[in-house]
Amino acid sequence: MTGVAVHAARQLGGFSMLVAETARETLRRRPEGRILMEQLYQIGVLSVGISTVTALFTGMVLALQTSYSLAAYGAKLFVGDVVALSLVRELGPVLTALMVGGRVGAGITAEVGTMNVTEQIDAIRAMAASPVRKLVVPKVLAMLIMLPILVVLSDFLGIMGGLLMAVTTLGQPAAFYMQHVVQALSLHDVMSGLGKTVVFALIIAFIACHKGLTATGGADGVGRATTETVVAASLSVLISDFFLTKLFLTF
Amino acid sequence: MDSAFIRFDGIHKAFGPKKVLQGITFDIRHGETLVVLGGSGSGKSVLLRHIIGLHRPDQGRVVVDGEDITGYDEDDLVHVRQKVAMLFQGGALFDSMTVAENIGYGLREHTRKSDEEIDGIVRHKLSLVELAGVEDLMPSELSGGMRKRVALARSIAMDPRCILYDEPTTGLDPVTAMTINELIRNMQARLNVTTVVVTHDIESAFFVGDRIAFLYEGLTRFVGTVAEARQSPEPALRHFLSGGRGNRHAS
Repeated sequence: MTGVAVHAARQLGGFSMLVAETARETLRRRPEGRILMEQLYQIGVLSVGISTVTALFTGMVLALQTSYSLAAYGAKLFVGDVVALSLVRELGPVLTALMVGGRVGAGITAEVGTMNVTEQIDAIRAMAASPVRKLVVPKVLAMLIMLPILVVLSDFLGIMGGLLMAVTTLGQPAAFYMQHVVQALSLHDVMSGLGKTVVFALIIAFIACHKGLTATGGADGVGRATTETVVAASLSVLISDFFLTKLFLTF
Repeated sequence: MDSAFIRFDGIHKAFGPKKVLQGITFDIRHGETLVVLGGSGSGKSVLLRHIIGLHRPDQGRVVVDGEDITGYDEDDLVHVRQKVAMLFQGGALFDSMTVAENIGYGLREHTRKSDEEIDGIVRHKLSLVELAGVEDLMPSELSGGMRKRVALARSIAMDPRCILYDEPTTGLDPVTAMTINELIRNMQARLNVTTVVVTHDIESAFFVGDRIAFLYEGLTRFVGTVAEARQSPEPALRHFLSGGRGNRHAS
């Protein structure tokens, strides 16, 4: 029991130091444009596919499910409202963070972890450079920039998925559905969704980098660290979502 | 002038309950090649990593070029790491970069040299390790011996005053190992650098070394010239040099 507590305290300490050092390195020197662009592509552009599929199908399922439930109350007309609010406030940010977090988080830990166990991280330090500045800062920044963009894209595509079902299955005119979507959404809904996204981006990037930087024990250790990243990032996104929802509901 | 370029003064280092170094004290003189010899797990690589602050001692002092670096943080270590280069066991080349980018890494990080100047230096350093025409290859396209050579070219790119070699011949066939040994001697002769080689390869140690420090169970059991090492009555060293034949405790 004491061992577990010591291990948890050590992890938390290491994690906090990584966050502090990343903040320090970000403020100290501008990140290299070429590395940042590469990360924006790796983290953002290459995640468009999974975000698109996730959002489209979520929107379509939401429309089908809500129309089925709402029909019992004679409220099928409100499908657009329910789809838009659920997606923008909750499902867009959370599902995108889970999907992108799984893909990107695992990739970051595998890359950084392999560099760690093959002494490439030590080589960066030995050449008087900072591994945090070279590896962590660009990944955190790229995640902070790209995850909100992916979430906006997911929100839009999810609503379009709902539209597809509203028109083809429920027989609603497209303009009617879209009118309900626009009327239902407020700026606050959009901002609370995006606010969550920023926190999710930080959680995923830091967990993935930390697990990579502390991976030990060769390929086996890197594999273990990668699995731990996906589990820890997913759970952290879901748990923090609860507290963030409570926080945003008070405003 | 102090004849010592590197001084270990009572170095203790433990990882959890495992005591790796238990009071190491000896000097490495300016311009000499000192071989740290010892069996697997004797702590020789850990000792080497103390010289550039990749590990910090639990007790004792590390002095490099007259500076006590024991309490140095990563920022303080920058100038130490610029004058002391390290060749890692597996080469630790950056997988995502070409050979030329690997060798030019330190120059891009710490100097304002133009791309043309860096290209010229890269070609020159490659010629010193007897390689040519490999600038655009990726590390995965190189053989084990070539990786070591490229890693050596990378470590001499910043014209260091001291080179640390961590198990330079491990994992190489005898012929390639001998060419690496010859390269270590050539580097020492041509660049007049202080050289520290960590190895368990007795043949390599006697070929490249001016002096030998023998580590056993976390202690320095012998420090002296190669000729003195051959004649030494120290039981653990005799046992090691005989390839494990005979009684290590017999005097």
